[in-house]
Amino acid sequence: MNISKRLLIAVPYLWLLVLFLIPFLIVFKISLSDYAVSIPPYAPTLDLSKGWAAFSELWSGLDAENYWFLTEDDLYWKAYLSSLKIAIISTFLTLLVGFPMAYAMANAPDEWRPSLMMLVILPFWTSFLIRVYAWMGILSNEGLLNQFLMWIGVISDPLVILNTNAAVYIGIVYTYLPFMILPIYATLEKLDHSLLEAAQDLGCTRSSAFWAVTLPLAKPGIIAGCFLVFIPTLGEFVIPSLLGGSKTLMIGKVLWEEFFSNRDWTVASAVAIILLLILIIPIVLFQRNEQKQREAGQ
Amino acid sequence: MTKPSQPAVFAPWDDPKETPLISFENVSKRFGALTVIDKINLNIYSREFFALLGPSGCGKTTLMRMLAGFEDASDGTIRIDGQDMAGIPANKRAVNMMFQSYALFPHLSVANNLAFGLKRSDMPKSEIQGRVDEMLRLVQLGKYADRKPHQLSGGQRQRVALARALAKAPKLLLLDEPLGALDKKLRQETQFELMDIQEKTGTTFVIVTHDQEEAMTVASRIAVMDEGRLVQVDTADRIYETPNSVYVADFIGDVNIIEGAVDSTEGEHATLRWSEGAAPIRAMASDGISNGSKAAFVIRPEKVAISVEEPKDRHNRVQGSVEDIAYLGNRSTYFVRLPDGSLIKSQVANNRRIKQRLITWEDSVWLSWSDTAGAILPN
Repeated sequence: MNISKRLLIAVPYLWLLVLFLIPFLIVFKISLSDYAVSIPPYAPTLDLSKGWAAFSELWSGLDAENYWFLTEDDLYWKAYLSSLKIAIISTFLTLLVGFPMAYAMANAPDEWRPSLMMLVILPFWTSFLIRVYAWMGILSNEGLLNQFLMWIGVISDPLVILNTNAAVYIGIVYTYLPFMILPIYATLEKLDHSLLEAAQDLGCTRSSAFWAVTLPLAKPGIIAGCFLVFIPTLGEFVIPSLLGGSKTLMIGKVLWEEFFSNRDWTVASAVAIILLLILIIPIVLFQRNEQKQREAGQ
Repeated sequence: MTKPSQPAVFAPWDDPKETPLISFENVSKRFGALTVIDKINLNIYSREFFALLGPSGCGKTTLMRMLAGFEDASDGTIRIDGQDMAGIPANKRAVNMMFQSYALFPHLSVANNLAFGLKRSDMPKSEIQGRVDEMLRLVQLGKYADRKPHQLSGGQRQRVALARALAKAPKLLLLDEPLGALDKKLRQETQFELMDIQEKTGTTFVIVTHDQEEAMTVASRIAVMDEGRLVQVDTADRIYETPNSVYVADFIGDVNIIEGAVDSTEGEHATLRWSEGAAPIRAMASDGISNGSKAAFVIRPEKVAISVEEPKDRHNRVQGSVEDIAYLGNRSTYFVRLPDGSLIKSQVANNRRIKQRLITWEDSVWLSWSDTAGAILPN
C-alpha cells in the first residue's frame, strides 16, 4: 500500500479517534471518578503540572463505585428495562405502519415514486423539535385530535393522550417512520417482478407468493429498518420528556436528569457507558446483517 | 428438423384426426389502443417443440404469456387440452414457464427452488424429495443441490430454471428466450440438451426466440410472427425453402431479392420481368400472384451458381462483375453487380485452396440457377 492510500484511510480513523474514541474515554474516566462539589463536579482531575506523577495519582483515585450504585437503586435497571420495552414495541409498531407504506411505494407507478419518496423525506426539512411540539398541540386535551373527535361526536370527554406512554409511541413511530420505510422500500424496489410471476406459475396465489417470495426477500430491509429505529429509540430523550408523562421511564430521560438536574456527572457517565454496552449488541448484529447482504449481492 | 428416434415422421399437424393440445381461435390482444396480437388462429399438438420466432415487439412474448395465464385475451378463445382458459389464473394451469431472467428464488437453495412448485401441488410430502432428485439428475446438477442461485454459473442457473419448470410435469412448458443469456458455444450445446430433455419427458414445448438458427435447430415447427400476426407456420425446411412471403424469406437466413412484375404463370412455374432488356426469370410460383402483379423473386445465395463460362444449358443466367468476396473459411460469398445496378450474392463452398480460386475481384462472371431454386412471391 502506498502512502497516499494510507493517508486516505487515515482520515476516517482520525475522525473516529478525535470525535468518538477520545470523548468516550473521557466519559469512561468520569464514570470511574467520585462526585465532588467543584467545577467540574468530579474528582480526581488530571493535573498535568505535576508531570508523569499526575497519571498514577489519577489512576489510584478511580473506582467502579458508580456502577455499584446503579445496581443498588432499582430506578436505573427499571429505566433500562422500560426503555428496552418501549424501543421494542415502538420498533414493531413502526414496522407495522412502515412496511405497507414501503410496499405501496414500491408498487406505485414509476412516475409517482419520486413524489412519494419526497413526501417521506419532507418532514426532515423541519426541525425535529418543532415537529414534536406540533404533536403536543395535536394530542393535548384541548388539542386538534380531541376537538375533531368531539366535533364528529365519537367521544364526549377529551381523551388523555398527551403525557402518557401512548403519546410517546405516537411520537416515536412518527419520527422514525422514514428510517423504517426507506431501507424496506430499497429492497422491495429491487425485487424482480418475474420472481412473483414465477411463484404464481408454480402454484402460488397472489397472497401466498407474497409470503413465500416478497417477505423473505425484503428481510434484509426489514432488519435494517428495525435496527435503524431500535438503536436511537433506546436512548431517546426528547420524545419521552416532551410527550411522555412523569410515569414514562426512559433511560435517556434519567441520563438527562442526572447530568442537568442532579449535576451528578459521574453517575450520568456510568449510565451512558452501560447504555452504550447494551447498544453494542444490536449494532454488531446490524453490521453483520449489512455484511451478509453485501456478500449476497455480489 | 425430424427427430431420428421417432419411428415415423412426426407430423401431427398434417393428420386431420389429431386433436391439438393448444388452440388459438381468433385471438386478439390489445393494450389500450395498441393491438399486440391480431386475430391469431393456431393449433399446437402434443409433444411438439414449437417455436415462436420474430423480431422484438412482434407479439411472440405476449402470445406466450397468454398461455401461461399472465395476460388475458381481449378477443377469441384459447384452449389447452380442450378446456377454455379464459379466467383461469396462472397457478391453476398445468402449464409451467421458464423465464428469460430464469427468475430463480435467490433466498432458496437449488433443491428448494425445484421443490417450490411441488410443495404447492397435491404431491405427498414423502415423494417430493424423490422428484427433486430425479430433476437434479435430469439436468446433471446433483452436486449443486445445496447451493444458492448466486453461487452458480449462468449455464447452471439456466438448467435449474429448466428443471424447476419441468418438476411439476406440466402438459405444456413455455420457454421465454431460454438460451438468450448464454454465450454462443454453450448455447449450441444447450440446444441439443433441450431437445434431448423434451424427447425424454415427452412434454410439449413452446419456445419464444428471436434467433432463427436456434428456432430451426430445436423446433418441430416454427411460427414466424410480424406485428401481431402469424406470417407463416411450418417446419424449418419448408420455411427456409418455400417461404410464403418476402418478409419470411428475408427474416430467415440470407437471401437475394429481385423485385419486378409477373410476366406469365404456367402450372407451378412463373416468370418475372425485372429489368429492361434482361430475360425474365423463371422460378416456382407461389400462391397469390397473378399476371402483371407486383412480385419479388427470392433465392438463397447458396443456390446461385457462379462461373466464368456462360452456362448455356440454364434458362436463368445473368452476367455481372465481382464487386466483393467475403471469405468465411469453409465457404465464400461473391457479391456480383448486375448491369441494372442490383447486387446478387452467390455462396460457394470452398472445396479448393484459396490460391487456386478461379474468380477474383472485377472479373466478369455468369450467375445462374435452376427453375426450381427460387420462388416468385407476392410483394
